[in-house]
Amino acid sequence: MADSGDDDSPYKINEGDYVMLKRGEIYKAVQIQSTKKVVFEKQWFFLNNAVGHLYSTTFEIVSGGQLQPVKPKDETSAASDTKEAGTDNRNIVDDGKSQKLTRDDIETLKEQGLKGQEIIQKLIDNSSTFRDKTEYAQDKYIKKKKKKYENTVTILKPTCRIMALMYHGREPGKICHLRYDTLAQMLTLANIHAGSKVLVFETCAGLVLGAVMERMGGYGSVIQMYPGGGPVRAGVENFGFPAHFHDTLHDFPICHVNALLAGTLDTSPKDPDSAEEAPHPDVVAEAQPKMEDTPGDSENVETNASREPGTDDDRQRSKDEKAQLKRVKQEERRKKLAAAAAQLDGMNADGLVIASRFHPCPVLMCLLRFLSPSRPFVVYSQYKEPLVECFTKLKEQGGTVNLRLTDTWLRHYQVLPNRTHPMLLMSGGGGYLLSGITVETDRSRQANSEEPAPKKQKVTEEPAAKKQKMTES
Amino acid sequence: MSFAEYSQEIRDGDVAIVYLGHESMMPVKVRHGAQTQTRYGAIRHSADLIGKRYGAKVTCSKGGWVYVLHPTPELWTVTLPHRTQILYTTDIATITLMLELKPGSVVCESGTGSGSLSHAILRTIAPTGHLYTVEFHQQRAQKAQEEFAEHRVDHLVTVANADVCRDGFGVTGVADAVFLDIPAPWEAVRHAKAALKAHGGRVCSFSPCMEQVQRTRQALLADNFEELNTLEVVLRVHEVRSVSMPMPDFGPQAEAPPAAPLRTTTPPREMPAHTGYLTFAAKPRDRRL
Repeated sequence: MADSGDDDSPYKINEGDYVMLKRGEIYKAVQIQSTKKVVFEKQWFFLNNAVGHLYSTTFEIVSGGQLQPVKPKDETSAASDTKEAGTDNRNIVDDGKSQKLTRDDIETLKEQGLKGQEIIQKLIDNSSTFRDKTEYAQDKYIKKKKKKYENTVTILKPTCRIMALMYHGREPGKICHLRYDTLAQMLTLANIHAGSKVLVFETCAGLVLGAVMERMGGYGSVIQMYPGGGPVRAGVENFGFPAHFHDTLHDFPICHVNALLAGTLDTSPKDPDSAEEAPHPDVVAEAQPKMEDTPGDSENVETNASREPGTDDDRQRSKDEKAQLKRVKQEERRKKLAAAAAQLDGMNADGLVIASRFHPCPVLMCLLRFLSPSRPFVVYSQYKEPLVECFTKLKEQGGTVNLRLTDTWLRHYQVLPNRTHPMLLMSGGGGYLLSGITVETDRSRQANSEEPAPKKQKVTEEPAAKKQKMTES
Repeated sequence: MSFAEYSQEIRDGDVAIVYLGHESMMPVKVRHGAQTQTRYGAIRHSADLIGKRYGAKVTCSKGGWVYVLHPTPELWTVTLPHRTQILYTTDIATITLMLELKPGSVVCESGTGSGSLSHAILRTIAPTGHLYTVEFHQQRAQKAQEEFAEHRVDHLVTVANADVCRDGFGVTGVADAVFLDIPAPWEAVRHAKAALKAHGGRVCSFSPCMEQVQRTRQALLADNFEELNTLEVVLRVHEVRSVSMPMPDFGPQAEAPPAAPLRTTTPPREMPAHTGYLTFAAKPRDRRL
């Protein structure tokens, strides 16, 4: 193919790219920095050799932490030459002596720089019971050893799917135990698509925000409502969105929502002198994201390197510069706030996604007011009870239809010839969702029911009074 | 109105969803002068719908009222006229995420069926993506084409009336993702491979039976697909209600404790336990060394 050369360029790994490392089912997000040592699955290496290669290439970690692309053939030659196998385990005795290689022998092999594949072959050759094992048990043995000794890493382009898998596998606590199938439901139930204006309130390290942004493809706008001093976006960085995606992203501090709704939010330019004392939490805003983000985060997420000025000779000048810088920053911040406020002001958002560790009820009640009628919303909570409360409140208040409180079960299957069954383990909880659609509110009538029909409301609650009577009689 | 773009106001020619009550909705083609009968009376399109805002409460002729909603693929899925079995939102959501669909994605699908998944794909890949959908049933293919036009997403989709197992998707090397919902997906695996980009892509096959899954996976492996993964997602809907559990009578006592009503949820008496197995796989990049 003539065009194949040029065609490759968007698929090539570049310096500075945000990428995902993968081995088996383990993922890690990193940025390609050629001089930076990366630790992944108890091994360290440098990513400089990966630059220029295509995404989805598998590399072997060789001495000195260098990466060497694995030739596709290597993957398939997994000790398949041993065809001998037993039929059952009646004669296999666990005497702890089946493996002739000692721990020290294995260490020596490793130090000699033997490839993982070769070590596995040696382990098989030195296992007295391997040939007696059934074919299935042999497969299982090789799989287990592969997991332990293979020193390869695959470099992938980040996507919402992989990010969600990574967070759920590595740090579910950071994303409020939001499982990826639940995230999938959220994006669909909220009808996230290009060209709409979506409100997001999340404390899921930016995963939900990134997922929404990916689905919008840089068209439309996203307004991140954030608690505390600043929006948390570690997860968003790792998506590696092109710069223009970030132009569509606004953020607005939830602490100013009441002022905005009351029309008392002041976003006019401030007098530069008074700006210093302005209540706007500039300093906090810079400190907070790091506070919330970094502990433990460094493990999987490369946050922006904090920029320390590190100058201390000419104090006065640097102080002036700092003040100047601060003023510029404050002005930028004010402009951003004004822009976000303008986005919200129309009260015509197209969707609302909430996934946080905060009580969802007040958040939902407040943010729903920014939605146009006939727009979907979805609220995630790790626990069902707060969503029951939201449900009840919405029914009382009216203005929404099609309310549903749901959760999903995710079951994985092992599908192998004669060995097909559901996986032994499944995730016990991926959280709960409350979803619905806004409608025009009716002020004249008390709309405390979803049922719009004029027919007699049948009481949906258990007829408690009747029951009690029955038990009394 | 479009299934891929919101608008505020109901206009002539739109498709609107009339919300009659819990889990009771119907799609309506809005036409000047037309009327729609509901169990709460007639809706006159010119007076009651056109020019109104989506989400508005509309009073019907008998004095009852309904809400008129902007169409979305999810509302369409629960209101569309069935020509086949359809995929529901729970599976659609999982498929969309796991196939990594987003604006600009090029997707191949077969069969088109009733278009439930198609609409969701179109919503997600708009405004720059494209869907190539193949349906071997001539009438269904034609009907789907008409609906796409009515829903103003036809610029994003190509409907082919062909047998995907024999003829493939009609395109090669263009797709980021392929979705198969056909009785014998293993016969279409090689066509899926051909349709996907040289740089690789993802494929999903939906099958109700495990035997189908097994054969499909064999075909996928034979065609060098990687990262095979079969899963199933089951939706649970919780009904929110107040219950009060009566206290037993322990005989005379100073003060009986009050029985406080309890706000809780119950699962439905019966729920769908199985729709189909979803098998995902990745096509690796073509290796030219």
